[in-house]
Amino acid sequence: MRYLPLTEADRQSMLEAIRATSVEDLFRDVPKAARLAGPIGGLPNHMGELEVERLLGSMAAKNVPAGSVPSFLGAGAYRHHVPATVDHLVQRGEFLTAYTPYQPEVSQGTLQVLFEFQTQVALLTGMDVANASMYDGATSCAEAVMMANRVTRRKKAILSGGLHPHYRDVTTTDARFIGFEAVALPAAPTGGEDLLALVDDKTACVVVQNPDVFGHVRDYTDLAAACQAKGALLIVVVTEALSLGLLTPPGDMGADIVAAEGQSFGNALNFGGPYVGLFAVKEKYVRQMPGRLCGETVDADGRRGFVLTLSTREQHIRREKATSNICTNSGLCALAFSIHVSLLGEAGITQLAQLNHAKAVQMADKLAAVPGVEVLNDGFFNEFTVKLPKPAAAVVEELAKRRILGGVPVSRLYPGEMEDLLLVAVTETNTDADMDAFAAALSEVLA
Amino acid sequence: MTKKFTKDHEWVQVDGDVATVGVTDFAQSQLGDVVFVELPDAGRVLEKGKEAAVVESVKAASDVYAPVSGTVVEANQSLVDDPSMVNSAAETDGWFFKLQLKDASELDGLMDEAAYKAFVEESH
Amino acid sequence: MSMNNQGRPSAIPAGAASFDGVTGTVTGNRGLQIEEPLIFEQDSAGRTGVDLPDVPKVASRLGAVKPRARVGLPGLAEPQVVRHYTRLSQKNYAIDSGFYPLGSCTMKHNPRLNEKMARLPGFSDVHPMQPVSTVQGALELMDQLAYWLKTLTGMAAVTLAPAAGAHGEMCGIMAIRSAHEAKGDSGRTKILVPESAHGTNPATAAACGYSVDAIPATADGRVDLEALKAKLGPDVAGLMLTNPNTCGLFERDIIAIAEAVHAAGAYFYCDGANFNAIVGRVRPADLGIDVMHINLHKTFSTPHGGGGPGSGPVVFAESLAPYIPVPYVTHGKDGFALVENAGEGPAFGRMKAFHGQMGMFVRALSYMLSHGADGLWQASGDAVLNANYVMARLEDVMTASFEGPCMHECLFDDRFLKGTGVTTLDMAKALIDEGFHPMTMYFPLVVHGALLIEPTETESKASLDQFVDALRALAERAKSGDVAYFQAAPRLTPRRRLDETAAARKPVLRWTPPVPAEALAAE
Repeated sequence: MRYLPLTEADRQSMLEAIRATSVEDLFRDVPKAARLAGPIGGLPNHMGELEVERLLGSMAAKNVPAGSVPSFLGAGAYRHHVPATVDHLVQRGEFLTAYTPYQPEVSQGTLQVLFEFQTQVALLTGMDVANASMYDGATSCAEAVMMANRVTRRKKAILSGGLHPHYRDVTTTDARFIGFEAVALPAAPTGGEDLLALVDDKTACVVVQNPDVFGHVRDYTDLAAACQAKGALLIVVVTEALSLGLLTPPGDMGADIVAAEGQSFGNALNFGGPYVGLFAVKEKYVRQMPGRLCGETVDADGRRGFVLTLSTREQHIRREKATSNICTNSGLCALAFSIHVSLLGEAGITQLAQLNHAKAVQMADKLAAVPGVEVLNDGFFNEFTVKLPKPAAAVVEELAKRRILGGVPVSRLYPGEMEDLLLVAVTETNTDADMDAFAAALSEVLA
Repeated sequence: MTKKFTKDHEWVQVDGDVATVGVTDFAQSQLGDVVFVELPDAGRVLEKGKEAAVVESVKAASDVYAPVSGTVVEANQSLVDDPSMVNSAAETDGWFFKLQLKDASELDGLMDEAAYKAFVEESH
Repeated sequence: MSMNNQGRPSAIPAGAASFDGVTGTVTGNRGLQIEEPLIFEQDSAGRTGVDLPDVPKVASRLGAVKPRARVGLPGLAEPQVVRHYTRLSQKNYAIDSGFYPLGSCTMKHNPRLNEKMARLPGFSDVHPMQPVSTVQGALELMDQLAYWLKTLTGMAAVTLAPAAGAHGEMCGIMAIRSAHEAKGDSGRTKILVPESAHGTNPATAAACGYSVDAIPATADGRVDLEALKAKLGPDVAGLMLTNPNTCGLFERDIIAIAEAVHAAGAYFYCDGANFNAIVGRVRPADLGIDVMHINLHKTFSTPHGGGGPGSGPVVFAESLAPYIPVPYVTHGKDGFALVENAGEGPAFGRMKAFHGQMGMFVRALSYMLSHGADGLWQASGDAVLNANYVMARLEDVMTASFEGPCMHECLFDDRFLKGTGVTTLDMAKALIDEGFHPMTMYFPLVVHGALLIEPTETESKASLDQFVDALRALAERAKSGDVAYFQAAPRLTPRRRLDETAAARKPVLRWTPPVPAEALAAE
């Protein structure tokens, strides 16, 4: 048992020191009826590394890795190239195996990373301040709505039909149990919502997504001003953080809160998690923010250092009055995000965003040339919606048989609805050959 | 002018029908360095014994209750700008807010200075 | 005002600033401890750490949105980035480098096999929205993990969706409310929580709209059963209890507690943060528990990563099994299937995007398979043995709060420091200089100046002995009256005590570009 350093002789001498007769004796407070007599039944005994690798390797082999075939999936998770440096640094034991930095004298590494992460997120979103991350984009969105409730002392959220359905469902689930109103508009594959008309004196916030779940990009400057004039906040959700390298950021549009998914930087697809929620606000709302915050200060010798701060907002102090019950962030995913963004820098992030957009434009043109296929978007970043002459789910299955992961059928996100729509995402990882293969296979399947 | 105290460590000083409210010197010594206060807006109606303000040190957050009922006429803006005044002048310049008294008889149930002092010594 | 939220003190004691002070070197570096500026302070315009293909020349199609002018990120080459993060990492304490006896956090060894398995492209490079036919192995892994968790807890159902322990608590309380609602029982407005609970418990109950009623403890550190019974009634939705509890003790009356809760028509939520003490030896279902979250990052060795990501699956007894969130894996006619939309079946809603923390599932299952049933039995036994050994070796110089045996962690309070002028915090900081991470301090709140020590099963006897010897010497030193030594600690760390008051009074939460000299001159 390679993870257990105690020898049998150790155990005996320790039991003597404790004056206990056996390890079992130490469990004497457990009701006898509930104590198992020996190792639990129904599970195998211990295995060596080789056996574990073989077993888990065989499960992994039953999946089709997105990188092994032309892949065009997005809908809130994007396959980007992660530089080798990122994973190497993330696996340093001093980052990987440290706890939350509650002892700042021995956690300056994690703390400085968080301070830099907060700054990067604030810069990318165009906001004043950001926290040290949330679980993921969807929980970030729900927390943003609850924060808007606190700020405005109102209890109603208007959710755009362009909001990712998982984000919508997390928010409406919280609404039901936590006790606020969330008005979710029907899906809007071509836009045309009049969100402002729904804002009344009970509305705490309007939630929009940019680019939205169908890939449309919009300018929300006027909506932000109009919401604020009615005493409501504008929350902008971003599921593809790389878009912030190219588009006017939500902060410049006047957003009060930005809730985003940061997976695109530094984090693998991982079948949906763990990812990293980004959360940024205007300065005046800092004390209403959920989650951890790292701040700059000085040590006893007057040198610059970092600490977790404003922690009185958090559950371990405020208990039932906390701004949120959250007590972890996504530390390691935030580190991966931060390293990737540091490697890119200003020049890299701009070029990478432009590259994604340009490739998506090329792909949209190639697909539009396939008979019967219509591209629904005027403006988009690296993802767009196409209308097919056949149900998209069946088309995607056919494409999978041809070893192409050809996008996400909209009906997967909206069961029973919009069955002819398909979401297509393109990133720097897609080659010209991938794109041609996709267009050709689609023609074949639709023919 | 009478100054009265609560078991929750607030003080209240009455001048005519206006009551000035703060936390006691003992309370600030227990809190440690105060870093933030949240005060009620003028016009807010407060009920005796209910939450009126928040005072935070680095590692503690506490609610301040209204010692008597009334309507807030003024909050101490300089305390918001410099919360350390709670530590340096808890029972003078570090007042939290002023109330228009609703019912002066509510004061009768509170402790005077001697009684409060005895209360603190006995319970801590 | 309320004084119930008192936490640990933070001020820098007078006299602390005068010790060693500067390093005495030109650079401010001290051997292997190298000072590192912010990444933003190493910018050179146009420099980058990546080489990307040229952008194809196409007309952009951004609709009404303008491209942004600039982001404001610094430019560094790859070697600079590597050095930056390597130097920062060297300012962290970690399990890999030393003993980390942080009570209630289960800082056990994080096996690297887990990391290797999670990085297999078949797990790491799989998109959550791929056709189900292309992810059968991923669903099989989730199904296997669910089987292990259900077997180890004796429970009927499990959701893997929650992202962390506190998220799992939310999920469990939502399930409890859903069950009461399904019965048309709307009169239950209260959740009972012991005083010693983790702060997340009352925060979770309150977030879900319940009022929180505290249950007092007995003199031996357990829930007061009679007080609990007196509070149970038709207005109580459930009890949230950590077991083993946060004092490191097993709740001896747990079966009677469960029976009383059930007799009142309420549900029994167990905070599974301390499951490591009993995993493989006691099944929570046999204790009468209805619902419990499990921290994969504690009991099942997935890395804490400096504060996440966690993963908090929740197990449910038959009584609550219908009330779980989406998604979940089912066995369909063509292999595994995934139910992923709220509204399909009885699920109460959704906790996060996609399917849970898959990367953590792989690591946890890798750990479970490595240990197996016999290894887990040995692991929980060693965890409890280690904690009792530390307690036995410290009892004569420190003050244990309760009589043993303890479970996987042992609790001391600060009575042994009375009159010395040394605080729990000072002891912790002095331990840092000795090369240890401090224990959990000032938690649980039910004893004064708490010091909660959780060694875990992955520490050797030699490592425990070294820790105990250091702590004994420090306790003696405190009693000898050497207050100044403690107040100046830590002396040997990259930074000494930090001014948390200044940080909170005038928060500086991000780097801002310096104002250019010409702009300053123009003022």
